Amino acid sequence: MKYVSEYRDARLVKAVLDDIRHEVTRPWVIMEICGGQTHSIVRHGIDQLLPPKIELVHGPGCPVCVTPLEQIDRALAIASDPEVIFTSYGDMLRVPGSGRDLFSVRASGGDVRVIYSPLDAIKLAQENPHRQVVFFAIGFETTAPPNAMSVVQAKSLGLENFSVLVSHVRVPPAMHAILGSPHNRVQGFLAAGHVCAVMGYWEYPPIAEQYQASIAVTGFEPLDIARGILQVIRLLEAGEYVVANAYKRAVTLEGNRPAQDLIQRVFESCDRKWRGVGLIPQSGWRLRSEFAEFDAEKRFDVEAITPEESPLCIAGEILQGLKKPVDCSAFGEQCTPENPLGATMVSSEGACAAYYQYGRTEAV
Amino acid sequence: MCLGVPGKIKEIYKKDNLRMARVDFGGVEREACLEYVPEAAVGEYIVVHVGFAISLLSEEEAHATLDLLREIMDLEQELGPEPDLP
Repeated sequence: MKYVSEYRDARLVKAVLDDIRHEVTRPWVIMEICGGQTHSIVRHGIDQLLPPKIELVHGPGCPVCVTPLEQIDRALAIASDPEVIFTSYGDMLRVPGSGRDLFSVRASGGDVRVIYSPLDAIKLAQENPHRQVVFFAIGFETTAPPNAMSVVQAKSLGLENFSVLVSHVRVPPAMHAILGSPHNRVQGFLAAGHVCAVMGYWEYPPIAEQYQASIAVTGFEPLDIARGILQVIRLLEAGEYVVANAYKRAVTLEGNRPAQDLIQRVFESCDRKWRGVGLIPQSGWRLRSEFAEFDAEKRFDVEAITPEESPLCIAGEILQGLKKPVDCSAFGEQCTPENPLGATMVSSEGACAAYYQYGRTEAV
Repeated sequence: MCLGVPGKIKEIYKKDNLRMARVDFGGVEREACLEYVPEAAVGEYIVVHVGFAISLLSEEEAHATLDLLREIMDLEQELGPEPDLP
């Protein structure tokens, strides 16, 4: 498959890893922000092929994992309403709320449907004019343009039975939170390629400068990851706190302007709680008041919800790069993908799920 | 969730006033919305994410990256042609 197979060429990856081995002289801690990259790294064993001086820690870039518990509980409450067709990206269905998940709502008769694109939810609303269609609009900057488009489309089609439960988060405020923490160990970042495809990477140079961190934007294939790590190592070794673009085929400095414009039209910045991590100022997006009529939180009575988290789960520390999944006493025992205690064990982007799926049961 | 998939645009059309395309992902065809890549044309490659193209892939940059790597390491000569990978 073009733009995929050539970036999985083991000989090219090996050559880049050889360069890394030759060029690294000191220990470095690098965080890959994006859970998609975590999975690629663990799946291809890239962390195990790196020289021991380089430690990769896994970041909070798993939208399913950081969606706050109270939003999951609100989703569960709305989805239980017999008038509602509740639509969501598939990953969200198994994420535990305080007591149950969307799958169990479906099992007890709730109409919960997995959709591929937000436009599928619009289509459902058109086809079911007598029912309320609610879309769980979660994610980082990558899903924001499609989710925003669903709201604009609902408005232009005059759909009165469509609404969104919004829980959007952004990467740069999370980087500030990680680098500004007194416990921070991270010196370099792999910035998430597709977040940057949408947003560009113009927001990152001030972060690199402020915290003296080196950053490389990169993609998801093994060659992209290896090249990203090489570029971060080169910058760190040279003491250069700037941003390199190792994903030029998909990312430009300014990003996708039409997408950014629509995000700005539909959403505005807000403080947002990240599950396990806590409140990060100005780290989220919510609907602008012009689109309040499509806000599911206003349409359904779900404001007063008090969530309850599992006391065993250490997902918060994992998402901040402070611990690895294997450091958790519940990992692989009380907590498995079939019976997850925390969201990091559920999502295809969660670090715990990656470790479990690829048999990493011991510390590297 | 942020795993965009590269695909080739086969056909462009309007639906509910949105610019849409039939996109080929290595043999599997699906629909994607092109509103965010207004410049995209049939035959070009896009990164598709939850049914929306979020980026137009630059063939030039893709080649530049691979060519540079291959050139530096002189791999083609040293190791022979690329094997077919899935």
